[in-house]
Order: sequence, then C-alpha cells, then structure tokens
Amino acid sequence: MDAIVAEDLAKRYKTVQALDGVSFSVRDGEVFALLGPNGAGKSTTVRVLTTLTQPDSGHASVAGEDVVRHPNRVRRTIGYVAQDSGVDWEATGRENMLLQGRIHGMAGAPLRQRVDELLELVGLDDAADRVARGYSGGMKRRLDIAIGLVHKPKVLFLDEPTTGLDPEARAAMWVEVERLAEQENLTILLTTHYLEEADRLAERVAIVSRGKIVVEGTPEDLKAGLHGESVTVELEETDGRVPEAAAVVQELATASEVSVEGHHVRARVPNGAQAIPAILSALDGHGFPVASVTTARPSLDDVYLHYTGREFAVEDEENKPQPPGRGR
Amino acid sequence: MPQVLRHTGWMVVRQARNLMREPIWIAMMVIQPMIWLLLYGQLFSKVPSLRSGAGTYIEFLTPGIVCMNAFFGGTWSGMAMINDLDRHVVDRFLAAPASRLAIVLSQVARAGITAVIQALILLLVGLALGVRVHGGVLGWLVVCTASALLAMVFSGFSNGVALLLRREASMIATANFVGLPLMFLSSILLGAALMPGWIRQISRFNPVNWGVNAARNAVVTGGDWGPTGVFLLLLLAATAATCAFATWTFRAYQRSI
Repeated sequence: MDAIVAEDLAKRYKTVQALDGVSFSVRDGEVFALLGPNGAGKSTTVRVLTTLTQPDSGHASVAGEDVVRHPNRVRRTIGYVAQDSGVDWEATGRENMLLQGRIHGMAGAPLRQRVDELLELVGLDDAADRVARGYSGGMKRRLDIAIGLVHKPKVLFLDEPTTGLDPEARAAMWVEVERLAEQENLTILLTTHYLEEADRLAERVAIVSRGKIVVEGTPEDLKAGLHGESVTVELEETDGRVPEAAAVVQELATASEVSVEGHHVRARVPNGAQAIPAILSALDGHGFPVASVTTARPSLDDVYLHYTGREFAVEDEENKPQPPGRGR
Repeated sequence: MPQVLRHTGWMVVRQARNLMREPIWIAMMVIQPMIWLLLYGQLFSKVPSLRSGAGTYIEFLTPGIVCMNAFFGGTWSGMAMINDLDRHVVDRFLAAPASRLAIVLSQVARAGITAVIQALILLLVGLALGVRVHGGVLGWLVVCTASALLAMVFSGFSNGVALLLRREASMIATANFVGLPLMFLSSILLGAALMPGWIRQISRFNPVNWGVNAARNAVVTGGDWGPTGVFLLLLLAATAATCAFATWTFRAYQRSI
C-alpha cells in the first residue's frame, strides 16, 4: 500500500507557480526524499500533504485519507517537522511534548511514558525540564522531531531537517533519522537540498525543480541511469582561464555535460580510462597544466545536472528571492 | 468535555505558565492600571462637573479605568498570536488536530483572565482612595464580568487582525488606530451629559461604552440591573462575533502559506 500519493498537485502564489503538476507516491515504510534547491516547491508540497494549505488543483492522500476532504483524519496519522522549528521557546522541552500529545488526545501515564521514552531516544532527557529558549539549534531540531512523534504517527514529514545545523549536528541528525525510521516503523517523507543527505537517508529520491518532479528512483538507479563515469580535472595555474579549459574539454567527442567548479573541470565520459589520455593531451596542447585527474561513478550531483540541465548550486542562487509566506 | 474546551484549557495553561516566567510582564500587569487610575484621577480631580453625579471623581473614574484597561489589553492581545505565528507554533498546531476555535479562545481567555485580575487590583486601589462599590457583591461581580467581556471582545478582534496581517508593525498600527478613538468615543473620562451630541450618539454603539455603563452602574449607581444586564449581553454577543471572525481568518492565513 502507498502511504503517500500525490497526483498532479498545482498551487500558485500571486506571482510564483510553486507547484506545477507534482505527482509521486511513497510506499509504506519507505524513506523518500524530495531533493531540490530552495524555491523548487518542496516545502509547498509538504504543506499540502500535511493539510496546512490546500492545492489549487490535483489530489493527494496520506495514509489512505484525502488531505482536502478529511484533513483531521490525516492530521491524526502524521507527524510534521517543519522547516522552521515550531518549538515554544518559553516552555520546557517536556511541556512542549506534553501539550502536543494532549492535542492528539493522549493523557495520563501513557502520555508521560511516551514523552520520557522519546526524550531519551533523541537524547534530550537531561535538558527536558529546561526552557527551550536556551537550547542549541541541534537540540531544538531534535525536540521538533520528538514533538512530531509523540502520538506515534504512521507518516513523518521532515522538511529540511538539517538546514542550519553545523556538519557535526547534521551527521548526528542523520544517525537519528535512520534509527527512528527503524525503531518507530515510520514512513518518512524528507525534503532536502543536500544531495549527500538524500543519498545517505532515502531509499528513493525525487528531484524537484521549478514546481515539477523531473526524475524519480532509487539513488542507485538514478546514478546507473547515467551511463559512464565522471572525470574531474584539477588545473594547476588558472589565471581565470578555467572556462577556457572547459571549452577545450567540451570540444572532445567523448565528453559531455562539462561543468566548472573552482579550479576543477568536470565532464561525463562513457569510459574514464579511455577518455583521460585524450583529455590530458588536449589540455596540454592548449597550455593548461593539470594538477590531478580523478574518475568517479556518477553522483546525485551528476544526476541533478543531467536532468535539469542546471548546476545545483547555480539554481539555488537564482532562486534567492523566496516565495511568499513570511519569508519561507 | 468537548474537545474545543479541552484544547482551550491546555492552551490557556501553556500561556499562563509562559507568562509566569516573565516577572517584568507580571509587574507591568499590576502597575500599569494603577498608573492610569492615579494619573487621570489627579489630572481631572479639580473639574467637579466631570463626575456626573458620583460622589468623587475617583469613584466615577475607577469603573472607567477598569474598562479602559480591559479593552486596551484586548486590542494588544493579538501580539501573542503574532509571536506564535513567527515561532511557527501555530503551524504546528494546525498540522495537528487542534481545534481552530481553541487556538483563538485560549488567547481570548488569557486576555479575559488578565483583565479580571487587573479589575480586582484597580477596585482595591480604588477602595483605598475612598471609592465605594454601591452595588455590593453583585456590583463587584458585574465589574469583573464587564472587564472580562470587554477584553474578550477586543481580543477576538485583535487575534483576527493578527492572523490577517501577520506582522508586528501592522498589528501595532491597528491597535493604536482602534484604541484611542474608541476611548474618547466613550464615557471613560467624563459623563455622557458633557459629550457633544454626535459623540454621544456614536458612543451608544461603542462596545467600550457598553462595558463602562455596566461597570459604572455597578459602582456608582448600585442599581439599574436591567440595563446593566442588557449591556453585558451585548458584550457577550460581540465576543461571539469577534471570536467567530478570528476563527474564520485561519482560512485566509492557510491560503497564504
């Protein structure tokens, strides 16, 4: 059975077409990632699925219930960890969780036990009775997740769970999410703009770009769908001539999807071992000294570039002006 | 118990507990109304005509200040909703099966409870300054009810505005725009007999004035329970209307996110 089904969701804010026909489904018990840059429509998709807002057209159901027709039934089965923390700063971690449980109709000893269990699970048992204002970013995030899990939801929505966390806290959060997915027997819909995060956590990934899903599959399938390997050439002395070097590589018949990043020129080739000599001699012939060459199986980065024709980081920059809704 | 009331109860507990952690807030809540009473009481005490029949101006003024304080508190109570919106606490409640009405009612109830506490403080300070509540126990009850309802009417309105505008600056502008005119279109500071005719006419439709009339009947007149009851019922109806408005504004808010 599918835990989440989205069919042709569309939504427009005044001047921005946030969703432009989003369709996907998430199987029961699966960890599924929506991957894309800021402004691609990931959060809007989540807000539709969590009943916070309604689509202009299209249908969606979560745990078998239609999000528009039976929002309250959906709300009872989902946990929602929004992009921006929903922690009440003036209350303690425990108080935050108790209130959320009570809103879900829990009470008494079962509620208190569940709260204790989760506080321990996310490692907040020591800080549980301190006011959340004093929590670090990572602690607030873990409290958010614990709040989202109080009522034992079937489906958990994690909207950008690690944005704004330092690398250490992010790695800890990944371990956390993996453990929760297993222990709580959850279906998880995760949104992220970190390729690494989707690759690490998700069984299946859908790449979102400009309100549409451009491709969907397991990280392995997506990478395998790109034939060949990627070659990365590091140039020694550049003097701003990296784009010229990229143009030289582009000339070669075997190279495609050439891109530039700092001192590096990256290209996709059918076979690394065969292509490298040609690339090196071409660069040498044009007077570009090469520091190093590496080949790799395609990453989600390459997948993203291949299907959107844009570089991940570049699109992120383009979308800096955020869509409406209090700066989210 | 119906779900709405249960949710309202827990959310009021949350707000009360959070406020108790703000000593400055408690100090302001207690001191502010006293300042109004002492300031206005001194300022206008030499103008005997103002008190329209009351024994002293402070006796005339006390029920007025109780009401002014209650409705000011109400008009500002949307700030707490803005804060909850900014902290995304409201979104968290909305994605859970929380009653929309309860989210509004908890803010409204907090405003009402605060107003009653302040009304009692003001009456006690008034007693020390020689005010007598001529309506006795019933009089005290009417003053508390009037101040609670007045705070709730304007709290419902203020929370609706908060959900529509969702910005602190807009909220402050609205509270100022509504607050002072409604105060001067009422008999808080001077008796109706002294008002220009057109202001007197308008004041009859001003909810602030319904509260002031009820509270003043209870303190100064100590009677007129029939009209007093009508004023309180009008305030109750207005509370229902503004709470319904605030609950309705969740639709607009959810369309915008």
